[in-house]
Amino acid sequence: MPTLAFEERGHRPEQSGHAHDHGHEHDHHHHHHHHGPHSHTPVAHDPNALVSARGLELTRSGRAILQRVDIDIRPGEIVTVIGPNGAGKTTLARTLLGLERPDRGSIVRQPGLVIGYAPQRFEVDRAIPLTVERFVKLGRRADQADIDRVLRQVGAEALGDRQLSELSGGELQRVVLARALIRSPGLLVLDEPVRGVDFAGEAELYTLIGKLRTENGFGVLLISHDLHVVMAQSDRVLCLNRHVCCSGVPESVAQHPEYARLFGPQAARAFGLYHHHHDHRHDLAGEPLPERSGDRAPRDSEPRG
Amino acid sequence: MPDPFLLRALLAGLGLAIVAAPLGCFVVWRRMAYYGETVAQAGLIGVALGLAFSLNLTASVLMVTLAISLLLVVLSRQQVVPFDSLLGLLAHAALAIGVIAASLVRGQQIDLMAFLFGDIFAITIGDLRWIMFGGAAALVALAFVWRPLLSLSVHEDLAAAEGLPTERLKLVFVLILALVVAIAIKIVGALLTIAFLIMPAAAARPLSETPEQMALFAGIFGMLSVVLGLFVSVAFDTPGGPSIVLMLALFFVVSIIPTILRQRG
Repeated sequence: MPTLAFEERGHRPEQSGHAHDHGHEHDHHHHHHHHGPHSHTPVAHDPNALVSARGLELTRSGRAILQRVDIDIRPGEIVTVIGPNGAGKTTLARTLLGLERPDRGSIVRQPGLVIGYAPQRFEVDRAIPLTVERFVKLGRRADQADIDRVLRQVGAEALGDRQLSELSGGELQRVVLARALIRSPGLLVLDEPVRGVDFAGEAELYTLIGKLRTENGFGVLLISHDLHVVMAQSDRVLCLNRHVCCSGVPESVAQHPEYARLFGPQAARAFGLYHHHHDHRHDLAGEPLPERSGDRAPRDSEPRG
Repeated sequence: MPDPFLLRALLAGLGLAIVAAPLGCFVVWRRMAYYGETVAQAGLIGVALGLAFSLNLTASVLMVTLAISLLLVVLSRQQVVPFDSLLGLLAHAALAIGVIAASLVRGQQIDLMAFLFGDIFAITIGDLRWIMFGGAAALVALAFVWRPLLSLSVHEDLAAAEGLPTERLKLVFVLILALVVAIAIKIVGALLTIAFLIMPAAAARPLSETPEQMALFAGIFGMLSVVLGLFVSVAFDTPGGPSIVLMLALFFVVSIIPTILRQRG
């Protein structure tokens, strides 16, 4: 298991130090960015990270999409980026993949890093006749056994001979994930991989990703708009709204005031109930009791609203 | 034994059909029909230059198609004019230049129709050599980039994220296209070259399960159309290039009908 920056701390809601506001720990002597109260000079890249980005800034058509974003994804770690629509989540993923060029900031990749990517909206081009197997094979020249294995892993073993254009949205997501997996990636970048998948399928897919991470030891960057579904599988969460609002272990982010502000008290409350439901420690008035220090949300659990 | 001119026409047409099949598939997959049309019509400028300076016509056309391809790569990055408008603009400007230049060249009998619609029965041994070596070069280059180019055509972002040099691949592709267009203009003319590329591929699509199958069927349709088109042309004294293209259109219609019926039903 990777070491988590805030894992050792308690997770009591009233404790505010367990999720950190970006900017607090950074050097405040250089204010030449002029981007508000959180301006900072980027700190050094994480040498252990698969991908490490510092001070990413990206503006499109005069609109700031990313503002001084720092992010690290280390081997074996699932980093989840959550945020509302238009928060720049997809742009951040695309920038880390080299598909968008940031206006400022730096990205360091581990040399020779193999990336598997599942883009947000995969639109199948009907002009190209392509079977599922062939599509997966475009990720890497693989033999039949490897293709069968990854298709089995994502539960798409029955789809191998089907045309890509005949697949349903959920099937397509699985197949795209299979193509990412066949590359034996060091880093898996999944941009809202469950869009268009029903809830059960969603939870199942995240469980699968968590399991594969444990088996293969790759790092995962997960983009999601819903913390509750992904948190059981996440090691670290970045809450993004063009800038990084807060980050830390999932529980701490869910209880962070910035998170509540972004997603509304409803979301934070829903988390409380979810958490509550699973630790079975509550008083008669329904108020959550503080957990024991170091508790994590149960990994095999399914969130309930 | 057929007449030599008919044999040369047949060889030229079949050679072009073989090269056009896989390349045409990529033109269809990458939605570059209009792009190719522009390059082909720009080839008329090459014809004009070749006539004006007494150069080898295929060579001067090739220079122009290569140059226009590189120009389009640069122009595709600007955002002032929508790219399809720009293609339309360039295609018709080139057509106008080509036609005007052909009318200005004096002392030489210029058959404008031959440059617009091709003159397959006037193919020389030299032309055949171009088709053979140029076509072989195009096929080898295409085979070399087939896999990454296919990945790029399926999903460009995914290909780029997986580390493929997408910009370089696109450049290689447009250069191959420029080469084949330059060769094809002599045979089927500036206005019918793109038809020769996309029609076999489009006809092959409904029958194909894999990209390679589509290229293969496109080649078969292309070659059958050449044979049938030349037969019609000789039998009914119709122009060669348009007769072949008409056969391609018929193949397309016949191939697409079952799919349309299936979708209706």
